[in-house]
Amino acid sequence: MTAKLFGEPVGRREDPRLLTGRGRYLDDLGSGALAAAFVRSPHAHARIRDIDVSGALDIEGLVAVYTFEDLPPRVAEPLPLLIPHPALAHGRTARPLAKGVVRHVGEPVAMVVAHDRYLAEDACALIRVDYEPREPVVDVEKAAEGGPAVHADVPGNVAAHLVQEVPSAAGVPARQMIESAPYTLAFRLDIERSAPMPLEGRGVLARWDLDDRSLRVYSSTQTSTGVRMAIAARLGLPLPSVEVIAPDVGGGFGVKLVHPWPEEVLVPWAAMVLGREVKWAEDRREHFVASSHERGQAQFVRVGFDGEGRVLGLDVTLLHDHGAYTPYGIIVPIVTSTQLLGPYRIGAYRVEFSSVYTNTVQVTPYRGAGRPQGVFCMERTMDRIAAYLDLDRTAVRAANLIQPGEFPYDQRMTFQDGRPLIYDSGDYPESLRMIKELIGWDSFAEFRAAAAADGRRVGIGIGCYVEGTGVGPYEGGHVQVTSDGRVHVSTGLTSQGQGHETVFAQIAAGELGVPLDRVSVVTGDTRRLGYATGTFASRAAVVSGSAIALACRKVREKALRIAAEALEADPADLVVEDGVIRVAGSPGAAIELATVATLANPLRYAFDAEAARATQFAAPGDPDRPPIAEGEEPGLEGRAYYSPLRSTFASGMHAAIVETDPDTAEIKILRYAVVHDCGRLINPMIVEGQIHGGVAQGVGGALYERMAYDSHGQLRNASFMDFLMPYATEIPHIETAHLETPSPLNPLGVKGAGEAGVIPVAAVIAGAVEDAEGIVIDRMPLSPSDLFRLREEAARRR
Amino acid sequence: MKPPPFGYRAPREVGQALADIAAVGEDGKVLAGGQSLIPLLNMRLAAPGTVVDINRVAGLDTLTAGPDGVRVGALTRQARVERSEEAAAVQPLLRQALRLVAHPAIRNRGTVVGSLVHADPAAELPAVLAVLDGSVRLASVADGERDVPAREFFTGPLEVAAGPDDLAVSAFFPALPPRTGTAFHEVSRRHGDFALAGVAAVVTMRADLGLEEARVACAGVGPVPIVVDVTAEAGAGDRAAAAHTVRERIEPEDDVHAGAAYRRHLIGVLTERALAEASRRAADA
Repeated sequence: MTAKLFGEPVGRREDPRLLTGRGRYLDDLGSGALAAAFVRSPHAHARIRDIDVSGALDIEGLVAVYTFEDLPPRVAEPLPLLIPHPALAHGRTARPLAKGVVRHVGEPVAMVVAHDRYLAEDACALIRVDYEPREPVVDVEKAAEGGPAVHADVPGNVAAHLVQEVPSAAGVPARQMIESAPYTLAFRLDIERSAPMPLEGRGVLARWDLDDRSLRVYSSTQTSTGVRMAIAARLGLPLPSVEVIAPDVGGGFGVKLVHPWPEEVLVPWAAMVLGREVKWAEDRREHFVASSHERGQAQFVRVGFDGEGRVLGLDVTLLHDHGAYTPYGIIVPIVTSTQLLGPYRIGAYRVEFSSVYTNTVQVTPYRGAGRPQGVFCMERTMDRIAAYLDLDRTAVRAANLIQPGEFPYDQRMTFQDGRPLIYDSGDYPESLRMIKELIGWDSFAEFRAAAAADGRRVGIGIGCYVEGTGVGPYEGGHVQVTSDGRVHVSTGLTSQGQGHETVFAQIAAGELGVPLDRVSVVTGDTRRLGYATGTFASRAAVVSGSAIALACRKVREKALRIAAEALEADPADLVVEDGVIRVAGSPGAAIELATVATLANPLRYAFDAEAARATQFAAPGDPDRPPIAEGEEPGLEGRAYYSPLRSTFASGMHAAIVETDPDTAEIKILRYAVVHDCGRLINPMIVEGQIHGGVAQGVGGALYERMAYDSHGQLRNASFMDFLMPYATEIPHIETAHLETPSPLNPLGVKGAGEAGVIPVAAVIAGAVEDAEGIVIDRMPLSPSDLFRLREEAARRR
Repeated sequence: MKPPPFGYRAPREVGQALADIAAVGEDGKVLAGGQSLIPLLNMRLAAPGTVVDINRVAGLDTLTAGPDGVRVGALTRQARVERSEEAAAVQPLLRQALRLVAHPAIRNRGTVVGSLVHADPAAELPAVLAVLDGSVRLASVADGERDVPAREFFTGPLEVAAGPDDLAVSAFFPALPPRTGTAFHEVSRRHGDFALAGVAAVVTMRADLGLEEARVACAGVGPVPIVVDVTAEAGAGDRAAAAHTVRERIEPEDDVHAGAAYRRHLIGVLTERALAEASRRAADA
């Protein structure tokens, strides 16, 4: 039985360590390591004619300089294309160091290893690279219209093109449905680039053990098992000789899921070649130009609808800016295409996307992973329909919602995991009722009138989303009870601050009936669990949480079996509480879980007094049976894997009230409300924290963050002074309400919560600003300067 | 983001500091609060041969507020001036502006004089010095001490009328005349960011509460703080006309955060707001 720990707002057990400076992040490790630094391209597109490293050779403390020519073939070849897809006809990935051509500012050209990072950067500054600049293409439309080729062998710059058609129930395709609809609208929407931007950059520390011929790598990664397999393959090492550990990681938001990064190959390779510890810790400027970005899309929408706002047909064409490479395949546009549908039943749907190369930083998933764009598209569409028909915006949404009785609801598409897009559960009408109540939707007119009387301009907006979470293929959990009564839980996926040490302990303590403080949790260490996928797609609680629960249930079953024997009772009569197994109704008959752990491991040697209880003369067993029964294993431990049938679909609705300054065009969020359904809550406080952080990132995407590339492919705002992530001062108080529709797909009934907060924010804010201003908002982010320009344009039209 | 090698001197007295600065000349850079210099060094955007660190120099962390004005020493941190009741009583514009300068942690290290010498066109303190017609006191081995008025001090973006041998030892902010009010209004993207546009205003009333003088200085919309006398417009009670005059005088540019047209519009709005508030304060003074 799961005890009451599940569902409680237990304080985060990792916080005292992380908040008092006792976290161990990548750059806290390996103080004696050599430092690596990289020469990176200053050009968005150029041929490399020559690299002259001679100037750097006099630097005292220089250990090595490597260019493409110095790398063995296995190390030098292009990095893997992690997620192939039949539609990705022209997938391209970078090499660890550029061979002949650079395709974005920041692409690594040479690696320097020196005694410290200062010297390594001095040496970098003295390496002369002779570039022959080529014309870059930065704008996605120009790239798609046949601008300069980013890859010479990919004419037209289209990496992938995919059309998905979901005809109406009667078999009518979307375009035909739109033609025959009573009303139609067509418009364009744009979303600009942003980036995950974790506070800790990427980083790798590699230690080659010459005697053992083994490699230990620490990486600030979201997938240590992925990095391990990639490194072993690249460096030609046997898998058991490579271990990868994710230490404390200061945020990931998707960028650290990409692997192996050039540096994750080159740093371990250099450590092997040099026989020395080597470390690279990314600095902020590198992170801006050498990691990943996301979000940039142009969307072309056609929609047909009836007089109540029901969508009869929807036709969306996406131009997806993929940057220079496609290491993570076309997951982002696939997620946009599928999750665009949200909580709605759409008559017929057609979606087409082109993934287009540009001479900019590559695009890979960033928290939300294409959903914010899809939701922006759908929610702006709902608002336009409402405006056209002069209906309340929530009424149009209500007319399109999937009803509670319709689950499981098949959207008849293929999701990002290659499995059918079937919503498992939800209650969208209730969610809508709750968000309207929370924000005061029906009484907003009075608020607006009162504000207008004071010369103030306010507006309200709403946005709804459905998020596929907890994708497979699997995660594992390993649970071991040791003879001191402690419970050691490990799972292979990694942590970047989510609170896994707390929620996984809550699950284990509840399942096993032990106090929380006896449970410790290790994540992302391939020495503890070698099989894992990684932390992304709001999947940790669903997939690892379920695996840990299943592993605990195995342990519990074994413990009860052993205890039943010791207590001469029926296992069905036993209860576990506070780490003690008792016979229900007979208070004297009890045994500590610690003792059961001792008994579970028959011993020859007594290494301490407790162990003596399990030695061969202390506890003689049945002489006709071996000490370990057939099919059994020593010890009180269990390992289990959870592999979901398909994703489980969380959902939510957000609403906001904004105020726009009539004079300065400043935009202020007065209230922000969230109704959130991630199935059963393991820890509501942690879920709310995830929502708050997500909303903050969403506010960044809506009002502040953009990658300001110029036409030469130079990123003009590559610093925290000019790339504007919102501070706490820019984030409003966030009001939340929870709805719990359990998932029928996993043993805990949970759904993912990690990305949820970010998804609808841009749509919500756009709707609210549009409502305040009476000006159509069709692109995000929106700065005061942008709003001023829109006002001027609107004034000219009048 | 590690700086290239540089020499380092840490003098203990003003005389030694001036000698060190003279010795390293063009190749040297003075380190006070370091809130601009250290990032520039780390990003290798500045590569001085020698850094002369004046943080240990005795007698430069002064703050004196007298009937004629406030004098701020080269090592006096912005936070200290912001919190000083004496300075606020003599020249309230200092506190009004300092509250808009970056964040508390930066103001704890950053110096008033350092901000003036760095002369970022979007910074608040140069606009304050300019609108008050204050001055910066320079010292060098060769020329001794002399005061340079604000209108001569700011010569271009990140450029001031100080030679390579000069150390800015203090800045002087004149006291407000009677029946005078001040205000600083700006719009920044985020709390604490450099302003997209900012306006410092000083308004003096006559004894009969008619307007005697009105002056504004604009930040972020030109190479240096732009001071505009709007006595005629404001005296006629027409703040919109004053805003129009100011809008015509500035030279805003596009950047990644805002367009020039928006900045020009904003300066008009901020001028009206700052004049209104400064006038209210002048009437109450």
